[in-house]
Amino acid sequence: MALPKYTEPHYRIWHYIYLFLCGCVFFFLIAPLFVIFPLSFNTEEFLVFTEGMKRLDPDAFSLRWYKDMIYGTKNPWGLAAKNSFFIAIFATIGSVILGTVAALGLSSRHMPYKGIIMATLISPMIVPLIISGVAIFFFMAKVGLAATHIGIILAHIILGTPFVVITVTATLSGFDHSVTRAASSLGSDPVNTFMKITLPLILPGVISGGLFAFVTSFDEVVIVLFLAGLDNTTIPIQMWTGLREQLSPTILSVATCLIVLSTLILVAAELLRRRSERIRGISR
Amino acid sequence: MSSETQKILTTDGIPLEVSLKKTEKKNKIKAFLLVCPLLFFLLLAYISPIVGMLFTSVDDRMVTNMLPKTFKAMEDWDGKDLPSEKIFEAFYKDYKILVDENRHGKLATQMNYEKNGFKSILKKLARKQKKFEEGNYKEQIMSVHKRWGQVDYWRAIKRRAPSYSYIKYLKGVDMYQNEEGSIVQVPEDRRIYKILWLRTLEIAFFVTLFCFLMAYPIAHLLATLPMKYSNLLMICVLLPFWTSLLVRTASWMILLQQQGLVNDFLVWIGIVADDHRPVMMYNKIGTYIAMTQILLPFMVLPLYSVMKTISPSLMRAGKSLGGTPFVAFWKIYFPLTIPGIGAGCLLVFILAIGYYITPELVGGASGTLISNQIAYHMKHTLDWSFASAMGLMLLTGVLAIYWVYNKLVGIDNIKLG
Repeated sequence: MALPKYTEPHYRIWHYIYLFLCGCVFFFLIAPLFVIFPLSFNTEEFLVFTEGMKRLDPDAFSLRWYKDMIYGTKNPWGLAAKNSFFIAIFATIGSVILGTVAALGLSSRHMPYKGIIMATLISPMIVPLIISGVAIFFFMAKVGLAATHIGIILAHIILGTPFVVITVTATLSGFDHSVTRAASSLGSDPVNTFMKITLPLILPGVISGGLFAFVTSFDEVVIVLFLAGLDNTTIPIQMWTGLREQLSPTILSVATCLIVLSTLILVAAELLRRRSERIRGISR
Repeated sequence: MSSETQKILTTDGIPLEVSLKKTEKKNKIKAFLLVCPLLFFLLLAYISPIVGMLFTSVDDRMVTNMLPKTFKAMEDWDGKDLPSEKIFEAFYKDYKILVDENRHGKLATQMNYEKNGFKSILKKLARKQKKFEEGNYKEQIMSVHKRWGQVDYWRAIKRRAPSYSYIKYLKGVDMYQNEEGSIVQVPEDRRIYKILWLRTLEIAFFVTLFCFLMAYPIAHLLATLPMKYSNLLMICVLLPFWTSLLVRTASWMILLQQQGLVNDFLVWIGIVADDHRPVMMYNKIGTYIAMTQILLPFMVLPLYSVMKTISPSLMRAGKSLGGTPFVAFWKIYFPLTIPGIGAGCLLVFILAIGYYITPELVGGASGTLISNQIAYHMKHTLDWSFASAMGLMLLTGVLAIYWVYNKLVGIDNIKLG
């Protein structure tokens, strides 16, 4: 955003102040994430930058805490990671199926009571997590699913579906329904039409909704705190316990891995968003 | 002309109108059936337990279950004079069981809330009752402490007899029902929940304000920069958005600790002395800083999506008609961004008011919110009916804002990323 040549000097100054402030905000947003990287390679047990690290002495850096994360004795991270992935994957599958099907219905212009139903389907995203946690805990305790994987997966499906509903309805809003009518007129049954025509076209929206659902489940701690027993511990639960009790550098190693994971997810989500915009652009 | 207009028929011979209605209806049912699985799942596993919290919140059987014989004996006591020996005996027997099972502390807490001074006389009774002899319990109990001879205290017990009451809601706003049955505020020094509600509102308000002040310029920059730069800068917004909440909170815990980088920096530029490093964590400051950074993307994204649609030629037109850049901004650009501001502020406010994780980790005692209190009662005091009551009060507030949001922005206009 270069300034035109005729800009008066004092507006020029204002403009640089504005750019500087923006820079500060971007720094505030992103810098905290980068503190974690160097500290996770610390040789010491403290969470401060040692003198050696400030001098960039190679001896001050090590993979000690990463080794501890993977091979450490009585190490909770292995089980936690296994549980987290297991729960998140199944919660994502459930959310995607339920959410996509519901979004298809919601996008139909024949849908009765659209407003109130949409508000109900989105509500888990709006209701404070602590209240969702209490309510879901009461339900799971009553049906005997507390402290089971299934209970946690169902809870995460509840939290994940709003994202799928939102992204898929957004994708469907630009969807050209004449292609499905064309398919039907050529003798395709509805299921076949959905699988061969609709799904490939809305796939970017479905996958990006799925990514949201995955991240929601993978990062969720409030409800798991209520529901989890000792066998269902997840990565967020272990981090939560660690952050509350003592901040060990092992947590930072895990955090670094999580940041790498979220970067990958971000890249995937961005690529999908662009693809989806392109497809929508063509269909218009 | 005949009075009857001729009906248009389909090829099957059915009037078109009827056939159309039938198809409409079929489509309606089809659409509804698609939504059904999710809708019923949510109604069963999510909405109904939330409604169930309503019953839990008025459920007051804790005391009733602890003193069953007493309440039975009290049924025909009018509450005017001191209770009869029968009631004293029933109370002694109930209380003895509680002491034997070591559950009497809970009763003391509950009754002390009903009437001040109960805790000490119940504790004294717990110690003395071991030496009680058979019979004449009225005199024995009254000899433990003179307050046991005051009819007020017995009336307080009787007041707890009903199984359902709205007492927990009163407790949640620092009120209680006194002996005369009127609703009054608790003494000044015991009003903890009022402070908590106000603090929750205050933190949510200021976090929203800070987010707005920070998000507005960068959303503007992102919307006006050429694509190749703005995509790069957008990553700065989206990466925190996709990163685990706990990771971001952890990084603030490292930064804000006494020997942390922020303090190091402040010492280095000379604002604070090395031996007077300010405490920035486990208090309100920590909650403010961390929550602002964590919720900032939720403000930037709606603002950005609105600003993206504003044509730059509008500002140029304003300037060419003689407005200074500030006037052009204030009169043209700012009013056009108001929908985005509304969406972003409401979203951040809703999220902030129910925040739990971050305040719990960096908030300490002075930076925690109402959610933390709900969790505390769910997990530690196990007073689930109180937790439910507080939760529902919070939920009512959030739903009110949600309603406004829906009116202003439309719930189907939420955009993600």
